[in-house]
Amino acid sequence: MAEREQGGRAAAAQGGAEDLWVKCPGCREIAFRKEVERNLNVCPKCGYHHRLTVEQRLTITIDRGSWRELFEDLAAGDPLEFHDSRPYPQRLEQAQRASGRNDAVVTGVARIEGHPAALAVMDFAFMGGSMGTVVGEKIARLVDHAATQGLAAVVFCASGGARMQEGALSLMQMAKVAGALGRLRDARRPYLAVLCDPTTGGVAASFAMLGDLNLAEPGALIGFAGRRVIEQTTNQVLPEGFQSAEFLLAHGMLDAIVPRAQMRATLGRLLAMLGGARGRRRKPASA
Amino acid sequence: MATSPHTRVRAAKLAAGDRAAGNPAAEAKHAVAPAAISAIERVRLARNPSRPQTLDYVEHLVRDFFEIHGDRRFADDGAIVAGLGYFGRRAVAIVGHQRGRSTQERIRRNFGKSHPEGYRKAARVYDLASRMGLPLITFIDTQGAEPGLGAEERGQAEAIAANLELMMRLETPVIACVIGEGGSGGALALGVANVILMQENACYSVITPEGCAAILWREGGPERVADAAAALKLSAPDLLRLKVADEVVPEPPGGAHLDPPHAARELGRALERQLARLERLSPIRLRRAREKKFAAMGAGFVSSRRVENQRPLG
Ligand SMILES: [Zn+2]
Repeated sequence: MAEREQGGRAAAAQGGAEDLWVKCPGCREIAFRKEVERNLNVCPKCGYHHRLTVEQRLTITIDRGSWRELFEDLAAGDPLEFHDSRPYPQRLEQAQRASGRNDAVVTGVARIEGHPAALAVMDFAFMGGSMGTVVGEKIARLVDHAATQGLAAVVFCASGGARMQEGALSLMQMAKVAGALGRLRDARRPYLAVLCDPTTGGVAASFAMLGDLNLAEPGALIGFAGRRVIEQTTNQVLPEGFQSAEFLLAHGMLDAIVPRAQMRATLGRLLAMLGGARGRRRKPASA
Repeated sequence: MATSPHTRVRAAKLAAGDRAAGNPAAEAKHAVAPAAISAIERVRLARNPSRPQTLDYVEHLVRDFFEIHGDRRFADDGAIVAGLGYFGRRAVAIVGHQRGRSTQERIRRNFGKSHPEGYRKAARVYDLASRMGLPLITFIDTQGAEPGLGAEERGQAEAIAANLELMMRLETPVIACVIGEGGSGGALALGVANVILMQENACYSVITPEGCAAILWREGGPERVADAAAALKLSAPDLLRLKVADEVVPEPPGGAHLDPPHAARELGRALERQLARLERLSPIRLRRAREKKFAAMGAGFVSSRRVENQRPLG
């Protein structure tokens, strides 16, 4: 499920000439990093959307000074005493040191274009954005917070899937978060899922696909099974653009693909239309 | 082949099982010590082609079974069987994976690996059961959801996700029985239950041991697969300890495939006991109890700790 996590490249390369230049996976051209960054980390030549850090995502999405983080102290244990080439706690600690955070998601409340929302941003650089007990717990608590406070929920997804190192407990987080989203639905508050590159496996098969509206960034990889697994088990020839956001839009799985430059304004518009502001809850129509 | 160590181990086990089956004392409460059998051996038992499948348990435990077909969207998926029938005196709804036994049947049922259609057929039955107040019994027996082009095109991820949310809100008793291999999201789409029963040799995991080994060690040799099976803590006793499973249901000595009626009796007894308990709860309390059960999954392993170099955000 979390097959991409081992290859999870750190979003911010540390030091050296790498820092100044960035090679675009879209057009393979080398661009000046500063220029790409000024363009919201979208390639000025081909429009390729580079992955963002959590900090970058928050900066370009929320109203300045509106962030209040929630549940930031939740940290994972080692329920399986999992050990491959290294013990799981060591892998966790390394990711924690690199990111300055406990796990692969940040949760909090913020305003987007003036509209309050409960917001989660997944961190692909943290063990491939994989969902273990902490990611599940934080997103479920955030969604419950939205339901009880009458807030909209917005989740930026970026994950290779469930975290193998926490075994079946990771799997169960899929249901835990789905349950919280059911309560949010009952509370008549909207949930916007924003699928970023990549959103696959157990995260795709739970909250990523359960948005009242499912949005995606252009070119994001989105799917349940990994491409390699499909090729190996079925010998099928996979079409051009398989599991891209555009492929999912064409097959009816997304509401819209929103370029990064328009994401903030789009979220603001949708939160306004769906009554993201508090106190506008309508009574259910009597049957 | 006949001299491979696995085959020899298995042959010895089968012989032991046969001996035990002929011994009336073995009928009584037996307990295979968890340490006596390795994780990979359990995986092999869970995958044994002659192990009883959903329709075998339906035959032994359910009267007047009426099978329900189709998702009303695209197709009827043979990898999942669904229907209505009587368990004891009560009408119930049944949903389960069916791997199939003959080569032809296995191909028709896609080895129990469902496409989105199967999960959407299941969803129809979940909803019906909840509205009619029928207890829902599911049987989990799949390596996972079908990985394929058609499955992706028709929304495999969405089909599973929708079932998780739907199962959580059902206002009727739900019991999931893991009878073979419970593989990742494809298993969980039948697994959001008030009570999760695991047969003694069943497994439940976020990923197959083969998949895990391929990712962690980038090789799929038998030793690495065995290591992965052990590391994943996928056995019934392990999952009971992790509070994923609620009860481990004993199997006949040597495994359920050696005496399916015996295995069905044990499973039936556990189902009866758990259903009787759940039927005392009101519809909304059944939903809340299920939500609470899943909210608690893994929560005991999460602690409050400030990371040292925490970076301020926003
Ligand atoms: Zn480019």
